[in-house]
Amino acid sequence: MRILLVDDSSTMRRIQKTQLNNLGVTDIFEAGNGEEGLEILANTTALDYILLDWNMPVMDGITFLKKVRGNGAYAGIKIIMCTSESEKTRVIEALKSGANDYIIKPFTPDAIKEKLKL
Amino acid sequence: MNVAFINPFINATILLFKTMVHLDAFAGKPALKKQPFPAYDVSGIIGLSGDAQGSVAISFPRLVALKVVSAFLGSEIKIMGSEVVDGIGELANIIAGNAKQDLSQYNLSISLPQVVVGNDHVISGQTGIPAIIIPMTCSLGNFAIEISFKTK
Repeated sequence: MRILLVDDSSTMRRIQKTQLNNLGVTDIFEAGNGEEGLEILANTTALDYILLDWNMPVMDGITFLKKVRGNGAYAGIKIIMCTSESEKTRVIEALKSGANDYIIKPFTPDAIKEKLKL
Repeated sequence: MNVAFINPFINATILLFKTMVHLDAFAGKPALKKQPFPAYDVSGIIGLSGDAQGSVAISFPRLVALKVVSAFLGSEIKIMGSEVVDGIGELANIIAGNAKQDLSQYNLSISLPQVVVGNDHVISGQTGIPAIIIPMTCSLGNFAIEISFKTK
């Protein structure tokens, strides 16, 4: 399994990476904002999942999500929002924009395991 | 300030500590902030805008910040540097974002976190917006949440 983590907090990416490593996932790419995420997508093949934060500088998560879903080449990648944005309106907006699932921070390793079906 | 606005931030802090810092956090009695009131040494601050405006800050003594971010990361940090700054900013971000679900009537947007490091720095709220300090404690030490909020 290949996963891209898109989150402006290096702390959060480290936490996610540790949890994924503990679940046996080691093929992990990291981006600090949506723009960096798009660059990695353009240069990486066969990604299975993207864990995506919402509030980030340069390009936020919802903009990134819409750009990725607007490109048929990435249709097979499952995108899971992983954000502190917790209101129903935000969850609905993300799902309507093409997110496959939604994790609200704070989260446990079990949430990652369940959503990524590990 | 309406107490209904304070509780979501306290609850979000307690939930965050329990879920990702692996500690029980406890809230003390909220108090109206009297200016100027020095915060602790490291503060993560998030601006709030929408049908209400203000800010929320989580503030730690230096040593407590090191220990809390170490517990959050699951890896010991010994030096006050970019890792602690990023970690405190992410804690503030999670608290503000999580509290929003109980404040949906205000259509709040949250800013990216700002982190201030310095002994006894002062967090100045916007003029005319009252600020409340909530003393907090956990087994790693004391810290505080500071909420400034005004509806339009």
